[in-house]
Formats: sequence, C-alpha cells, structure tokens
Amino acid sequence: MTSTLVEVAGVEKRFGTTRALRGVDLSIDAGQCLGLVGRNGAGKSTLVSILSGLSEPDAGTVRFGGEPAPRVGDIGRWREWIATVFQHSMIVPYLSVAENVFLGATASVVSWRAMRRSTREIMGEWGLHVAPETPCRDLSVEQLQVVEIARALARGAKCVVLDEPTAALERQASERLFERVRQLTASGVAVLYISHHLEEVFEICQDVAVLRDGELVLSAPTARLSKDDLVAAMVGTAAVDPVVGDTVVADTAATASPTTGPEAPVDGDIAGDPASDGAARGEAVLAVDGLSSHSARGRLSGVSLRVYPGEVVGVTGLLSAGVATIGRVIAGAEAAAGGAVRLRGRRVPTGQRAAAQRAGIGYIPEDRRAEGFVAHLGVAENTTMTITRELSGRLGLLPPRRRAVAAAPFTERLSLVSSGPQQPVAELSGGNQQKVTVARTLAHRPSLIVAITPTRGVDVASKELLLNSLASVAATSGAGVLLCTDELSDLAICDRVLVLVRGEVFTEFSSPPFDRDALILATEGISAPWGDDPQDPPKKSGQTGQGDE
Amino acid sequence: MISNQAPQRRAPAPADAGAAARAGGSIGARLRGMNVSVLREVALLPVLILLIVVGTVVSPAFFTVSNFAGIGQQSSALGVVVVGESLILLIGGMDLSLESTFGLAPMVAAWLIVPVAAYGAGTDLSPYLGILVLLAVGAVIGLVNGLLIVKGRLNGFIVTLGMTIVLAGLQNGIVKAQSLFNLPYPFGYLGSASYGQLPVSLIVAVVIFVLTGLFLRYHRAGRAIYAVGGNPAAARAAGIKVDRVKIGVYIAGSVLAAIGGLMEAGRVSAVTGQQGYGEGIIFSVFAAAVIGGVSLKGGRGNMVGAASGVILLGIVQDILDLANVSNYWIEAIDGAVILFALFLARIVGGESTAEER
Repeated sequence: MTSTLVEVAGVEKRFGTTRALRGVDLSIDAGQCLGLVGRNGAGKSTLVSILSGLSEPDAGTVRFGGEPAPRVGDIGRWREWIATVFQHSMIVPYLSVAENVFLGATASVVSWRAMRRSTREIMGEWGLHVAPETPCRDLSVEQLQVVEIARALARGAKCVVLDEPTAALERQASERLFERVRQLTASGVAVLYISHHLEEVFEICQDVAVLRDGELVLSAPTARLSKDDLVAAMVGTAAVDPVVGDTVVADTAATASPTTGPEAPVDGDIAGDPASDGAARGEAVLAVDGLSSHSARGRLSGVSLRVYPGEVVGVTGLLSAGVATIGRVIAGAEAAAGGAVRLRGRRVPTGQRAAAQRAGIGYIPEDRRAEGFVAHLGVAENTTMTITRELSGRLGLLPPRRRAVAAAPFTERLSLVSSGPQQPVAELSGGNQQKVTVARTLAHRPSLIVAITPTRGVDVASKELLLNSLASVAATSGAGVLLCTDELSDLAICDRVLVLVRGEVFTEFSSPPFDRDALILATEGISAPWGDDPQDPPKKSGQTGQGDE
Repeated sequence: MISNQAPQRRAPAPADAGAAARAGGSIGARLRGMNVSVLREVALLPVLILLIVVGTVVSPAFFTVSNFAGIGQQSSALGVVVVGESLILLIGGMDLSLESTFGLAPMVAAWLIVPVAAYGAGTDLSPYLGILVLLAVGAVIGLVNGLLIVKGRLNGFIVTLGMTIVLAGLQNGIVKAQSLFNLPYPFGYLGSASYGQLPVSLIVAVVIFVLTGLFLRYHRAGRAIYAVGGNPAAARAAGIKVDRVKIGVYIAGSVLAAIGGLMEAGRVSAVTGQQGYGEGIIFSVFAAAVIGGVSLKGGRGNMVGAASGVILLGIVQDILDLANVSNYWIEAIDGAVILFALFLARIVGGESTAEER
C-alpha cells in the first residue's frame, strides 16, 4: 500500500473573486480509502471536478502514478486512472445495463455478445445479478450505483471517487455499499469517499482529509481522530458544540436546548411541555384519516395521524415505506387513492398543490433541485414565489424591489448567504439553495409545514440551523410541522415520531429523547426487545452511532 | 462554491442586502442588476448597427424615414406573432400553428364580413364584430392547443404541427382557395392607416411589445411564466397553477397571432389563401425569437431581445430587396443570413443565448 496513485499538489481554483481552492495537497495510495469531508461550499465539488478531469486548476498539478495527468478534457484517458460516481446519477435510463457499463468505451464495431458477457462477469463479482439487457430505468438506486461503479472499473480506473454515495440509499443498501468499498480497496483500488455523514467516514476510511474554505485543514488517520475533532476542523471554531446536528439522536434532543443560542428558550418550551399526547393542545392543525396511495415512491395503506399546534411530528421509515409519499400527499403534490386530509377541520383536496398551499400547507420538497427553486431566477424572486398574490397590487403588479423587501426577513432569519436578492439560486451552494426552499415555505406563513428530508446534502452547521428554524416556527407561530425523513438525526427536533413500515404506522414514539436503536429496529418492523411499550425506551444506547448507517 | 468564505465574514452580507432592499435598493446594487440585464438585452445592438451601415452602403434609399417606416410596417405583423411565440417559448412550450392562426383568423372574419359575390359567407357581418370573431378564433385555437398539450399531455411539437395543417386546410376550404378583397375600412385600418409617415400597425406593435415586456417583468402572472418555464415542478410546489398558466399563454399566443394576421390583411388589403402557412412565416417567427435570446427550452428571454430579433430580420429583408437580389436566390440568401445572425447573436449574447450541453 505504498504506491501513490493520485497526487494533487498546490491546486488552486478561482471562480470570479471566490477562491474555491487555495493550494490543496492531497495524495491517495492504492488500496486506500480516503474520506473527504467539509461543509457545503468548502471546495469539495471543485476538487472532485478537477480530479475527474472536468475542470482545469488555475495552479498546481495532478499526477497519476507519478506521471502528469492527461490534458483536461481528454476524458477517455482520465478514466483509465480515475472515475467519479457522482451524487446525481449519470445513467442513461433507456439504455441497458451493459450499454451503460460500456458507455463511451465501446470499440468502433460493437460486439454485443462480449459486452454482455463482461457486464455479467463484473456485475456478478459485485453480487448484483441483473441481466445485462435490463433497461436501467427498471433498476433501483442501489443497483444504478453499482452500474456506475462497474462502469468505472470496466475502463480500468485505479481510483474511484464516490460523491455522497449513501445519500439516496437505505440503511441496508448503505451497508452493502460499505462492503463493496472494502472489496474495492482490498483489490488495490484507491477510493476517495465524500460524505456529510461522519460516522460513515469512521467506518470505512483509513484516513480523512478536511476541506474548509478551499484549504486542506486536516489530514490524518481516522483512528487518531474523534468525531469532535472532525467537526471542529470543518467548522473552524472550537466554540461549536460537538454534539450539534449530528447522529447522536438521544443526546441531541436532550442537550440541544441549552446550546443552540437564540433558539434555546423556544426549544426549552417544547421540551418542557409534557402534554405531548396532544389532547390538551386543542384542535389538531392536521388530521389525516385512512390515507392510502399506490405511489411508486412507496405505498400507503390507511395511515391516520394528527399534528397539533406548535408540534413537530416526525415520520420515518425505510425509503420504500411511504415516508416521502405521505408528505407529498398531504402537501398536495400527489393525489391520494383514499382517505382524507383535514387542515384545521377543513377538508383539503389531495393532488392540488395550489389548493393545499392556499389552505395553509407549506411544502419543503424532497428533491430541491427538481422542485425547490427555479435555478436561474433570483433569491428574492424564489423566496416570494409563494406569496406573489399577497405582494402584488390591485392590478397584479409586483415590482422586483417589493419582492426583495419581502424576502429579506426570511433570508436573514435563515442566514442565507448571497451576493444580493437578485443572485440566481443556481450560483448558491447546496446548503444555501435549501435555505431558499425553506424561506419560500416560511414566507407564506403556513399553519402546517410538510418537510421531506430537508437536510439531505446539507452540511452540519446549516443542518442545525434549518432544523432549528423549523422548530422555532412551530413554537412561535403555533404552526405544526410534519418532518418526513429517513435521517434519524433530524428527528431530534420532534415531539413525537411515527415509524412507517410498508405504508402503515408501525409504532409511535411519543416522548423525546428517542432511542436511536429502538428507532432503527422499528423501521425494520421489529418491536423494541425490552417490551411492547416503545414510549418509554431505556435511555441512550449506541450513542456514538459509529456502527450504524 | 460562490459563497465560499469564512462564516464570520459572511454574516453581514445578507443583512446588508436586506437593509439595502428596504432602503429602496442601493444605487450600486441597482446598477449592478441593470448592467447584467442591459448587457444581455442590447446584445444584438452591434449587429444591428453593422446591418444599418451595410444597408446605407448598399442603397441610398436605405437610410430614409420612408424606408424605415416601410420596414416598421412590414415587420409589425411578424413582430406581434413573435411576441406570442416568445410567451409560449418562455413557458417551455412551442407553437408551430401560430402561422396558420395568422392566416385562418382573418380569413374567417373576412369571410363573414364580405358579400357572397366576393366569396363571403353571406352573413355580411359588421367589420367591428368581425374583429371580435377574429380574436375569438385565435382564443379558441389557443385553448384547443393548450388543452391537448397540457391536459391531454400530448407533445406540443406534433400537436401544433398537426394543428397548423388542419387550420391551413380550413383557411382554403371555407373560401374554396379564393382570396378575399375589398375589405371594409375598419377591418383594414390597423394594417393600412398611418399618422403622417408613422404606420398605425407599428405603433400598435410597439405598444404590444412594451406592455408585454412590462407585464413579464412587473406582473405576478408574468413572473409566473418565467417560473413555470424555468422549472415547472418548483413552480407547482410553490403553489403556482402551472396548467392554468400554460393554457393561458397558449391562448394569448394565438390571439396575438390573430392580431398579427389582421395587420397583414390590412397591409396587403386582402386575405389570401397563402397568408401565414403558405408563406411559411413560422421560421422567421422562431428565428426572430431565438436570435433575440429567447430560449427554446423555456424560462429565459425578454421582449427587448425579441424586438431586436424582429428588427434585425426586417432590416435584412429590406437590404435584400434594395440590393435587387435575384428572386431565384432570395430565399437561400435570406435563410443563410438568418443562420449567420443566430451565430452572431450566440457569440455576442454569451451564455444567455447558449443552449445547454
């Protein structure tokens, strides 16, 4: 394991006045799994794009196996060394598995038989037995990822970059991915593993590098570091509480209130309110009865739930359990096959987003790129997109300045960083883009906010801020929040958590702190081993969470 | 990546911006916002100046008021259709049938107005009612297109391609391929009247461009058009009634095409079977919009760009006429110049006119 495969020295990259990378040195050995972590905007994507041969550094060098890297743009030759599995699938859905594996790498005359045979071999090695003729649109997210890894290896890449590979995977699929990463490194392939989930880095990476503001601030073996060390390196101050926004669900819930600054009294109120059974809180904001759906994202059969004013209710479960579906149906983004959604006692039709919004249901969609904002329009315009009717005058006129003024309080509240209200959202970092989506939702002062995986792909500090802003909206305005997520750490802000299994409510955890292990078991459809009453699980176990996810 | 600075240094930024916005927008921020849009909007200016220089060199008759008035009158009908097509392109749609609406709507109206002897229907409709009929024909065609595309989820290209042939067939069918002349004055007024040397059609076209431009920039529904074209899913999630916006725009586009057709009928004092589809104006319509920076993928573009695209095509046409280019070659040269202008607009306009890779 001594031969250095990839060597990056003094790499700099500017975008306008922003120095995205400031002299980064990095090396990856054969058979090594190097973790790369950093907040949104720290320079990870820029580094990946340089490593993948997609953009050229302003200064510095990239070397493969001691040789200078090929010319930028000569993608074919770069792929002989390094291949990246991007967060966003680079699969052509209508082509078969075999065609996708050999995409752009076939000889002039295509030998279908040879292509299918070697695809079958490669995929078999990875324990994935799909026919090479299968169109990729029929595969699951996990299978697609394996196809992308297979594509990298089919071209002989000696280093594989995995960019947030577990973001769309269920827990078991993630664990199978870790197995595959170990298999890769054991066979001498170098892996650069990029993740927001620090526990994953500790689980599979021998070494970890931390980027902050374009600089490499830490590079060390994971064995010599604690999670606190990593968070401190990422955030750059020792003042940040190490527990903040990370995986220690039970702990965060118990300690979040005194450590989160301005939000503290608010959270204290929630945590201190023992009447979480809801009966004492008056009429429910949201009443869902017998909701069912045949959605491809996960079916629902007869789900009923209540959200009371000021309450944050979590819904969690495996990806296929219907967690996203219930959020989408309640928000009006998808029609229900049966059942009723009532907001403050009044029936809301499903499948009509505009009607649901007018009724007072805010919606933070699952995929912000697809539904969260209009990329080339400005921050202010996106933020006020939900309230154009209220903002515009009698003739429907809506000057840009009025939008900017109306958007300001919401973007400030979320500490959204932009060069001004006109800046296109496309130019913002992922975390700030998500803040635009949240601001857009807060802007129309909903009486219920449906948030689906709101922290996915968001860095540690922004995650905390987003969750706290949801909790504080609930506490201060009396709005209810329905938080649909498979990120167990997000549930720390919840007053109650419902666990869905195969589209039905399996169990309810009705008082925080929630036990992480019990939650995990419940999502798998297993009752907690200590008895039938999940409402009072034993305190804290598996806190470090390093063995999970 | 853009906002890639230390958190401590970042914090004041949004507060500043907010304060500036509350104070009515700092001069700096306003200038910067303007610079970007102004640059993008005048992207065609160098090309236009170049063409005017070329025209002046080619013919002494070019740089005269009467010639420019002529260009204005010839271009206004096309211009109004370009406004309609631009709106439809902005929502991410396309409408090939505007060229047939451009012919059919005035044909139906004129058919109901003129006497039987002049191949009319025999209803001898009042010309004012005829104009209402013309607008209604446009609205109905737009509604049918919109419903088929939005509610029927059919492909806009093939729906409007089919529609364009159906409409052109109706245009010839109802009058047995005759042309209708002797249109009453109120019907021909828009296309033929002028104040001094200023054609009414040009005034109306300019007003339509300006109002549509202001509508797109300052009206709630105008902004909804950009949101729908830029990202329909996000617009829907933000509570915008995407389907309604789209159908509304298809209707508006067809009504504008009908108005353009009325201008053309007045200009040539007749409605011929050739008007619209027979002349193949749709290529010029798309070319003007795209040269002007309206994206075929939706969400990007504005009326200043669309107008400069129309002016550019009008000047090119005029120079070709003045230069006495042989009739046998004029189409080839016309097409080639448009392709060249597209290329120039792409170079000058930068990323805003580039198609995504």
